[in-house]
Amino acid sequence: MELLSPIEIVKSNVSAVQDYWLLAMRSLSNLWRKPRYLADFLIQADSIGVGSLPIVVLTGFFTGAVLALQSSATLAKFGSLALTGQLVSLSMVRELGPVLTSLMVTGRNSSGMASELGSMKVTEQIDAMRALGTDPTKKLVTPRVVATVIMMFFLTIISNLVGLTGGWVVSRVMLGLDSNQYWSQAYQNLHAEDVTMGLVKPVIFGFIIATIGCYYGLSTKGGTQGVGRSTTQAVVAASVIILVLDFFVTRAIMLWFGSAI
Amino acid sequence: MSTAAPGAEFTVVFEDVHLAFERNQVLRGISFRLERGETKILLGIAGSGKSTILKLALGLLKPDQGRITVLGEPVSAMREEDLFDLRRRVGIVFQESALFDSLTVRDNVAYRLREEKVPEHEIEEKVREALRFVELEHTLDKVPSELSGGMRRRVGIARAIISRPEVLLYDSPTGGLDPITSTRIIELVVKQRDVQKTSALLVTHRLQDAFMMASHYFDVHSNAMLPVTCGSGIDTHTSFLLMRDGKIIFDGSAPELGQSTDEYIREYFS
Ligand SMILES: Nc1ncnc2c1ncn2[C@@H]1O[C@H](COP(=O)(O)OP(=O)(O)O)[C@@H](O)[C@H]1O
Ligand SMILES: [Mg+2]
Repeated sequence: MELLSPIEIVKSNVSAVQDYWLLAMRSLSNLWRKPRYLADFLIQADSIGVGSLPIVVLTGFFTGAVLALQSSATLAKFGSLALTGQLVSLSMVRELGPVLTSLMVTGRNSSGMASELGSMKVTEQIDAMRALGTDPTKKLVTPRVVATVIMMFFLTIISNLVGLTGGWVVSRVMLGLDSNQYWSQAYQNLHAEDVTMGLVKPVIFGFIIATIGCYYGLSTKGGTQGVGRSTTQAVVAASVIILVLDFFVTRAIMLWFGSAI
Repeated sequence: MSTAAPGAEFTVVFEDVHLAFERNQVLRGISFRLERGETKILLGIAGSGKSTILKLALGLLKPDQGRITVLGEPVSAMREEDLFDLRRRVGIVFQESALFDSLTVRDNVAYRLREEKVPEHEIEEKVREALRFVELEHTLDKVPSELSGGMRRRVGIARAIISRPEVLLYDSPTGGLDPITSTRIIELVVKQRDVQKTSALLVTHRLQDAFMMASHYFDVHSNAMLPVTCGSGIDTHTSFLLMRDGKIIFDGSAPELGQSTDEYIREYFS
């Protein structure tokens, strides 16, 4: 490992952010440019959507269940156990559904993209593609970004529904709450702000997952070892960015709806 | 044929090209011209920047300084988006083949035609023709990992020639192969040169390959590579470029090479 001066480290980080930004914007502007690779989009949509479904269902269910369990103790103290449905639904829709789904998809697909594109990079398949007249951002990046964004949207909705079901099972079986009460509590307290938040976040996070995965894949250097490094970095970077961004997106939507204090 | 730009008798032109990777100054003023129909063999020790020159010619890398013109287009000044059309007129065979490992041999070879939306029946025919050229028709449905190194190299050649490019770039097509397989590949390169008259830049560090290419021609009647006999008047249109320390220290034909008195050149070729 070479020793770099602080200035060089800053420079290389700034240029990495710049390269990432260009790639991310490129992946979007490609939507208006031919050729479009529908078959590649479908393959990715299948791999991300169908492939991630089991883990999203599993984590969603148990998140909802544990939310009901955790909140029951506190709510019971104030004699408002009946509010469990509301608590589970608001937490799932606004926060945990989008965040946990994106972290799951990050683990599965951001890493998958980084390692797949990274292997292609180090074996010169990316260069070969460019040499054969194909723009890799069009054939590889855009289909992954679009597929991830669309699939994250639906996966999050599924995760929310399954989470609510998990909460309901706990409320019904362990807390002895009335089913009707749980579901009406869960449903009636969801307002436009909550739903907006729940649907905007997965779209933004999906974009981060795919662009970060592709960026680390395409900038892989140094053989098989480099592929491993890119894969890890992609997962770490995407997860951190998602959690940080989550705060700001929440804040922005609250301001938009005027509910921020 | 190509849109005749001024200077179109040259297919690849490098003018004072410099390139550094971070602090590693790889090219320090490379200039040469490749004529239409000519083959230039690029020689130099490992790490001297031969592969880099081929990548620069395709615009896969950008020079820090200098000008590169390919088929009349200013490659070094063009944006990536504008380069894709030009790249379709140039074929490249990568050092490690760089076949798409998730695609079959058929799909690898057909790749460029599919991208150009050529009708499927025409693709099949052309793929078979290209694979027949490299004598690998029987591997159509195999994936690259099932092939030997030499076979992969030949699939790489088939993929590069399928759209009948005007210029071919070969990066060490015989590197790491046994002498018999190497000779077969050189025969293919010579066949492409003499039958299709494609211009080519070929990187190699095997001198015997270089001299074989300069001294043999492809005879269509006997379908074999034959040595050029004295006084036959056959011109193989093949010359040599020798690189050292980021510069080209020799650019000329085989006889000129033999007469060189430069010590490094004599040592390199001894
Ligand atoms: N993408 C790259 N990043 C950094 N250094 C590179 C890269 N490609 C090549 N180099 C360096 O440039 C030099 C020339 O490489 P190359 O053109 O592959 O040499 P050759 O093909 O003649 O063996 C080598 O020192 C190599 O380490
Ligand atoms: Mg090389």
